[in-house]
Amino acid sequence: MDVRTSIKTNWGNFSDKYGTAWEQLLTALSNDFTSSIEQILKPGTDAVDIPTIIVKKPIIIDFLRSTKDRYGYSFLSDMTAVDEEGDPRFFVVYHLMHLETKARVRIKTRVADGEKMPTAIPLWEGANWAEREIYDMFGIHFEGHPDLRRILMDQRWEGHPLRKDYPLRGYQIFLSPEPIDPELLS
Amino acid sequence: MSDNDKSNFHDVPLDIARWGFPAQYDITLKKDSDDIFDDSRVIVNIGPTHPAMHGAFRCMAKLNGEIIEKSYSEFGYTHRAKEKLGENRTYHQFIVYTDRLNYCSSLINNVTYAMAVERLMGVEVPERAIWIRMMCAELSRVIDHLICVGISAVDLGAFSYFLYGFHQREKAYTLIEKVCGARLTTSYTRIGGLMADAPEGWENEVREWCKETREVIDEMDKLLTDNRIWLKRTKNVSVFNKEQCLRYSYTGPNARAAGVDIDLRRDQPSMFYDKIDFDVPVAQNGDVFDRYYVRMEEMKQSLNILTQCADRIKPGPIWSEDKRVRIPDKDVVYNTMEGLIHHFKFFMTGFNVPAGEAYTAFEAANGELGFYIVSKGGPAAHRMRIRGPSFWHYQGLDPMIKGGYIADLVAALGSINVIAGELDR
Repeated sequence: MDVRTSIKTNWGNFSDKYGTAWEQLLTALSNDFTSSIEQILKPGTDAVDIPTIIVKKPIIIDFLRSTKDRYGYSFLSDMTAVDEEGDPRFFVVYHLMHLETKARVRIKTRVADGEKMPTAIPLWEGANWAEREIYDMFGIHFEGHPDLRRILMDQRWEGHPLRKDYPLRGYQIFLSPEPIDPELLS
Repeated sequence: MSDNDKSNFHDVPLDIARWGFPAQYDITLKKDSDDIFDDSRVIVNIGPTHPAMHGAFRCMAKLNGEIIEKSYSEFGYTHRAKEKLGENRTYHQFIVYTDRLNYCSSLINNVTYAMAVERLMGVEVPERAIWIRMMCAELSRVIDHLICVGISAVDLGAFSYFLYGFHQREKAYTLIEKVCGARLTTSYTRIGGLMADAPEGWENEVREWCKETREVIDEMDKLLTDNRIWLKRTKNVSVFNKEQCLRYSYTGPNARAAGVDIDLRRDQPSMFYDKIDFDVPVAQNGDVFDRYYVRMEEMKQSLNILTQCADRIKPGPIWSEDKRVRIPDKDVVYNTMEGLIHHFKFFMTGFNVPAGEAYTAFEAANGELGFYIVSKGGPAAHRMRIRGPSFWHYQGLDPMIKGGYIADLVAALGSINVIAGELDR
């Protein structure tokens, strides 16, 4: 019994409701981006709750744009990263939702440590702070981001807390508050 | 923020309607060369500890007179590294951390977290537990909205209005105390069940409370909704339209105030929401008033759901039969060796969750609360991502208040109901 088990009172079996829509989306996307899709995980057979598409990094923005504009998955539910400790080290994860059917898909891409990700701000302005958070917590740089600063931690903080090699405890004390940056207001 | 945010906002001729000359007069004033304040700007820092900021966050605004020309926000003062803790604590230990997300409605966070882990494990919860969870979620939604509308009215000067809601909120806390013994930090749900069963007759008390609260909400409605000062402060103030809401991933009442018709209780029904009859209030303008009024209507709908749940709840077990998650009963623990070992193992090492990943979202009081849990097996998560709705709502504050008055910043902030615990995590 794991995530594949359908629980009626906990969203039930998504495949009953969205199965055909997902199937169509996955065939259409794999036709459009044949060589750039690394792997497709499907609910029911793999241990995921919604279809998970792992795509190669160079085409990620085109891929997202296509999913958003052509297939209607236009709502960015969530954007985050996962430290896989492998090579390449990180996954950047996008959760998209279809506004009419409310079906969801998950799109992942692998990023190596020190590599840059293209920004998704042209597609969703809301990605701005999500990318800042990913930068703050994992140290993944986003190319083309207008304002890539730390967001939750202090600007003077060293290290990226959600990396697996970052210790659970480790205080950095700042005696003065962070000053206002007039540059950001010009 | 890019320049194209401006266009939407400035379609509403706010400043001109209030201050400036209508365009057809084409008046250009001569500059006074002795006026040293002409063309000058003031930078104002609001927060982190300011009575009008709801929690510890900070807003820096550049003002031209009283108009905000540009602003940026800073937060993280209550950052407690919950996501990091989620990777270092067992699934059971993490329940207490979920209370501190949106502390105005901690039961919803408990419920959503329990659902997220149950989904990963494939655990089915018995019916009574689900009804109690639903009642807890709706009770929390009502008290969260009560405090949101109350506080935003206090910020604009209507103090007595707030006390009506707060009185009812205290009574709701007493009801919550009856099921879980705590008022604010509830930690009520367990993976696969509940900490304790609701006491006998609890649903009748809830029903009575609903009746009272319905009257109180009507009274609050009469007191404030048509008040001329309130309307002047809220109508067409800090507008965030539908298209902007979608670009900034707004969910919940803030998005529904602008006409985005998404409610996960109806669109992706979990628990027994598909067996319940309720409406989703949607407004069109996306201003402060609509955000207020959508919340008022939602409270009425939630009270309706609560009474329906109270009618349908039946006695029964509250724990799943799944041996992996079931906490052993106390008499087994005290009287048998196997029970004691089971208890010890459960609390010291935790239970293993099979490998997999799931994003479980539920309509919390503020919007979509999501838990994205990546498990690689073992008693702790590999990645515990919390999608707090306030994080995305607060991001929209800067474009929302741009071009408005500094006094409307307070109205906007109160109306989007940013909760620092959920924002900073």
